[in-house]
Amino acid sequence: MSTHAATGGHLLGPVDQVPVGEGRAFVVDGDQVAVFRLRDGSLRALSAVCSHRGGPIADGTLDRQEVICPLHQHAFSLDSGCSSTGAGPLRTYHASLDDSGNIVIAFPPG
Amino acid sequence: MIGGGLLGLEAARGLQSHGVGVDVVHSGGHLMNAQMGPEGGAVLRRSVEALGIGVHTGSRTTAILGRDKVRGVRLRDKPDLACHMVVVAAGIRPNVDVAVSSGLAVERAIVVDDYMRVQDEEDIYAVGECVQHRGEVYGLVAPLWEQAAVLADQVTGANPTSMYLGSRTATKLKVAGVEVASMGLQGPERDTDEHIVFSEPSRGVFKSIVIRNEKVVGATLLGDSRKVAYLTQAFDRGLPLPEERISLMFDVGGPSEEAGAAELANDAQVCNCNGVSKGKLVDAVRGGFKTVSGVMDATRAGKGCGSCKLMVKQIVEWAADGTVEEEPSATYYVPGIPLDKPALMKAIRDQGLRSVSQVFAALAPGGREDARSKMGLASLMKMMLAGEYIDERDARFVNDRVHANIQRDGTFSVVPQMKGGVTSPQQLRRIADVAEKYRIPMVKLTGGQRIDLLGVPKEDLPKVWADLDMPSGYAYGKSFRTVKTCVGQEFCRFGTGDSTKLGVEIESTFQGIESPAKMKLAVSGCPRNCAESLVKDVGVVAIDGGRWEIYVGGAAGAHIRKGDLLATVDDPETVKLLTGRFMQYYRENANWLERTYAFVPRVGIEHLRSVIVDDAEGLGEQLDAAMQASIEDYVDPWRERADPFTPGQFRTALPLEVLPQVPVRADGQPMPQTEAGREAGDLRVTR
Ligand code: FES
Repeated sequence: MSTHAATGGHLLGPVDQVPVGEGRAFVVDGDQVAVFRLRDGSLRALSAVCSHRGGPIADGTLDRQEVICPLHQHAFSLDSGCSSTGAGPLRTYHASLDDSGNIVIAFPPG
Repeated sequence: MIGGGLLGLEAARGLQSHGVGVDVVHSGGHLMNAQMGPEGGAVLRRSVEALGIGVHTGSRTTAILGRDKVRGVRLRDKPDLACHMVVVAAGIRPNVDVAVSSGLAVERAIVVDDYMRVQDEEDIYAVGECVQHRGEVYGLVAPLWEQAAVLADQVTGANPTSMYLGSRTATKLKVAGVEVASMGLQGPERDTDEHIVFSEPSRGVFKSIVIRNEKVVGATLLGDSRKVAYLTQAFDRGLPLPEERISLMFDVGGPSEEAGAAELANDAQVCNCNGVSKGKLVDAVRGGFKTVSGVMDATRAGKGCGSCKLMVKQIVEWAADGTVEEEPSATYYVPGIPLDKPALMKAIRDQGLRSVSQVFAALAPGGREDARSKMGLASLMKMMLAGEYIDERDARFVNDRVHANIQRDGTFSVVPQMKGGVTSPQQLRRIADVAEKYRIPMVKLTGGQRIDLLGVPKEDLPKVWADLDMPSGYAYGKSFRTVKTCVGQEFCRFGTGDSTKLGVEIESTFQGIESPAKMKLAVSGCPRNCAESLVKDVGVVAIDGGRWEIYVGGAAGAHIRKGDLLATVDDPETVKLLTGRFMQYYRENANWLERTYAFVPRVGIEHLRSVIVDDAEGLGEQLDAAMQASIEDYVDPWRERADPFTPGQFRTALPLEVLPQVPVRADGQPMPQTEAGREAGDLRVTR
């Protein structure tokens, strides 16, 4: 992992590490980050640690709006990190692709 | 007390509890004649009298006696009744003076049409207890809400076609300490009406149900409110009724309601998995959730093992008092596709859909993907299409992606196949070596006669499988799991059949077959049933004379049910054939996550017997062929160890946390979970 000069984001390497429709966990600057690759090709990133009881969010099942934690099925918005099932929110990160198809993660301001 | 209706009885009871001797004087022929017929009234009278309250029915009060203070009441054609106090609770009559003097149409109350408009008036509307609609004057608040909704639609112009068609009133109260519920008709009105009555006056229980055209059109229940929630629903919605009418009144077999929703204490825990009390469910309903699944989502009730769902449903219905909204999605196979199972299967076939994403694109509203539907669709399509299915791994639950069962700390459990619970020294040695090499924190025997290696990190799974060199035992999926056996004839002095051999054969044949919910099987070598065949999804018992009994639909988990006898057959080959045919029929017809213990009673054992054993519908061959296709498509999923299906399939997703959370003692034995144990674990890093 290196800091992306142009964007100030963190480069996580090629997007193929994350299969379509699934998530994978990365460590970004000491944070556990789950990166999801939606079926429309876009990326999302949330904290990899479930706010409920620490479940592995990257192992969750997702659609285009939500990811469902595999342990007790709490659901979290991929965009806002908010839970529609009453769990605490997950931190969100900005995930994008650079020109060579690498995942770039940027920390939200603040 | 003048008046023996709801309020009169309640007030009588209240006065009596203050130490006052009370007599109820009622002009009607029996108590609560607005809500129930004479027989119910008679039972209620007994209960009220048993409380020490005098009851005078058919007694019209003509005068109140006494000059400066009350001395008694005069009754028509009956002796005077002495008293010191008179309370009148003889019903209400709307004050219509203003309406009358304004020249509005007034009969018993202001006459309105279906738009809540006063008869013959363009711009005057009326709602509530002062109106008479289609001859009815309502004295309850529920009809007012319905009227108000129509009124709002009309005066705002939001929906000019909105109409009020009258209310079906159902009351449920505790009157003078007696549970009373009544709805619709009090008794039969037409020759063709069915009338079911149960009366047990000594216990103060009376139940009467009127059925017309297979619908509940009226019911009265006294002294036992257990079936009220169900009957209210049946009455409000015209639900289909059970053929055995008695089950409308009582719980006969099936999951019992234990204590009625009404009687349950507020702090009673309903969902034992997620610790949800009755009070929390009621709060959710009050907070505006009007569907059972809405309440379940909001409270997490029923989201664990699911065994409390029925109770949750009853409490929600009780709390919402008949205003629970029907969920159209209740009939959907998966929540995200608005089709039931037969329609969904037909659409998949007709449109030649081969993957879960194709199904969403073609059949979901707006082509919208739905995470909660993926697993059910994946299972269904694999079953339907076998080798033709395009296996998109994101449609699977994590367990099915990595072929192991995820645990509370995000590690996995590994259960190798051990057909019929039979193993060998070589296998045991290998398992022991693996457990040591990978420092497996817990090695445990399962209920299905296998060995479970718990606490394996995801990234170790491929290596563990390689070293075990045994196929998957499928202890993680919605699929055929295992066949439990007893030793049988070969060694057992009681054995009448070779149960072990048959169990191993069944497991070899049907290993890994996916299904709407898990299937646990057993074969017992004699009627002593050491393999617990009577409480399995499919259970086989060898009986004397070389014959075999096949039971289906048994369970001994969150629900207990003895399986139904499907058939008694002469040879193991027929056992295998019928087992496969039953499982295929179940796969094709059960709802997603519907275990056989629910499926079998739903479709009925007679029906299953006719389809599966007698082949009455000529489906036998087709079912056998479909099952055979699935069998041939079987591949041991643990083979993916050498060649992962997706990049990073076995890469850890575990957060940086102290592991394992199933703590290990210095001697390698697991410890009860404690904070100290957690500290003793080692730190695992993501990459
Ligand atoms: S840990 Fe994620 S839902 Fe419980």
